Amino acid sequence: MHDSKDFKIPIGPQHPALKEPEGFSVALKGEKILGVDIRLGYNHRGIEKAAEERTYVQDIYLIERVCGICSHSHSTCFVQAVEEIAGLAVPIRALYIRTIIAELERIHSHLLWLGVAGHEIGFDTLLMYSWRDREVVMDILAAITGNRVNYGMNTIGGVRRDIDAQQTEDILKALTILEERTKYYIEVATQETTIIKRLSGVGILSREDVLRLDAVGPTARASGVKRDVRADDPYAAYAELSFKVITDDHADVYGRTVVRVKELMESYKIIRQALKNLPAGPLTVRAPRKIPVGEAISRYEAPRGEDVHYVKSNGTEKPERVKIRAPTLANVQAVKHMLRDRYLADMPIVVAAIDPCFSCTDRMVALKEEDCARAKIINWQTLHAFSIEWYKQQGIDFTELNKKLQDKLKG
Amino acid sequence: MSLTKKIVTWARIKSPWILHFNTGACNACDIELIAALTPRYDLERFGVILKGTPRHADILVCSGPVTKQIEDRLRRIYEQMPEPKFVVALGTCACSGGVFDGCYNVDSGIDKVIPVSAYIPGCPASPKALIDGVAKLLTSLEEKEETKKSGR
Repeated sequence: MHDSKDFKIPIGPQHPALKEPEGFSVALKGEKILGVDIRLGYNHRGIEKAAEERTYVQDIYLIERVCGICSHSHSTCFVQAVEEIAGLAVPIRALYIRTIIAELERIHSHLLWLGVAGHEIGFDTLLMYSWRDREVVMDILAAITGNRVNYGMNTIGGVRRDIDAQQTEDILKALTILEERTKYYIEVATQETTIIKRLSGVGILSREDVLRLDAVGPTARASGVKRDVRADDPYAAYAELSFKVITDDHADVYGRTVVRVKELMESYKIIRQALKNLPAGPLTVRAPRKIPVGEAISRYEAPRGEDVHYVKSNGTEKPERVKIRAPTLANVQAVKHMLRDRYLADMPIVVAAIDPCFSCTDRMVALKEEDCARAKIINWQTLHAFSIEWYKQQGIDFTELNKKLQDKLKG
Repeated sequence: MSLTKKIVTWARIKSPWILHFNTGACNACDIELIAALTPRYDLERFGVILKGTPRHADILVCSGPVTKQIEDRLRRIYEQMPEPKFVVALGTCACSGGVFDGCYNVDSGIDKVIPVSAYIPGCPASPKALIDGVAKLLTSLEEKEETKKSGR
């Protein structure tokens, strides 16, 4: 692919700049990046297949663990699809609670990202600041759901825990603190010269490229593409809440930072509205154990972008097929584009700027190289014949045994 | 025990440097590990510093059920660490496979691949549990040294 004179350096799977095991093979000419090969798959656990072997209720908890940062996103997305197939009318209170948890999750994820971005550009003070403030949200999430991450809040047909008056008060108190801190971060992001100088012009992705490469979430919104599932195709309680879709036209890492910190303010607004209008009523409707035959696609705006789940049921208590398209898979192509002709030193922050979550994204990769060209698809009969031959070559012959078995069956 | 060895042991217990390696985790434990290093929990007060390379690390903190793809890398990283080395399995997945037990691509636990000194369960293991686990590991090292001493 590249000239042999070029320098190729492997980054990962274990590397101080990477928080997750993924492999990058970077072709360099001097300091300039000529091309990047991204090797996914270190985190592949086979969740989609495992989901087919577990019941729907078990799947909620399994799919929640697709990603430990946007766990509520994945479980809500899955549950929405199952509810659509089963034709369940979820109580409005449950939808509101889902929305509140979703926005709290967005706050914790964006604050986390801000810290990681600060760390990647050598601004560790920002990491310590934003992670300290993140603990405020974590406390709230732990108080409502009982766990800091992987909340276990969703169930088919509603939510499992209620938000009481005391918790509402606590959330509002926490939001006041966070709002004040976020104003400070907006100030830092928009006025601090070191941040602006380091981030602007890095990792440029034009509007056309966003549309061509199908980037999602803050990565797309930072290039002026108004793409947000919460507004475009409202789920949960978003249709009844008013908020702005934040966009920016810097089209670089700086723009992505601005979009994320401004989105924090919108999240506070959404939570305030949802808590104010939280309707009374039951938390769940009774869901059948066996989900009727059908299929559904569900969309959800995770903190990193659009998350898509496809569920196909076959009338039993286990799904026939579950397909997960996490936002990072949509964005990872854009990274390759953003890195081309950039300096190697920009790589950590450009990769971090899409807020990658490789545990969401990882899947099996079948490598087709030149020496694998003879690989062919064979049918069952050929495979059966081949296995008999293979065992014969190993010195194991089943012919006698088979004959005996046949005779016995006949007899 | 010679004086140098005494000093080395003392230094080792006072400043355990850790290497974090994600062996196929869902990120939750990894984020909680970073959270343990930030101001609220501040694991650094025990002298714990997160290092970037196995050659500088005393303790390998692994999170995740060990996928087939990462298995060889995990072994290689363990071999690169200088003696004496300790492995901490962080989270239920790393201890036993957790929800991923039985998946076609996972090994169900760090101890299937390399020896483990401490198990910290939880999904995800909270920073408090992590601090408790690390503190217990360090105390056990101290005790081990002391029993060795009294034995002589």
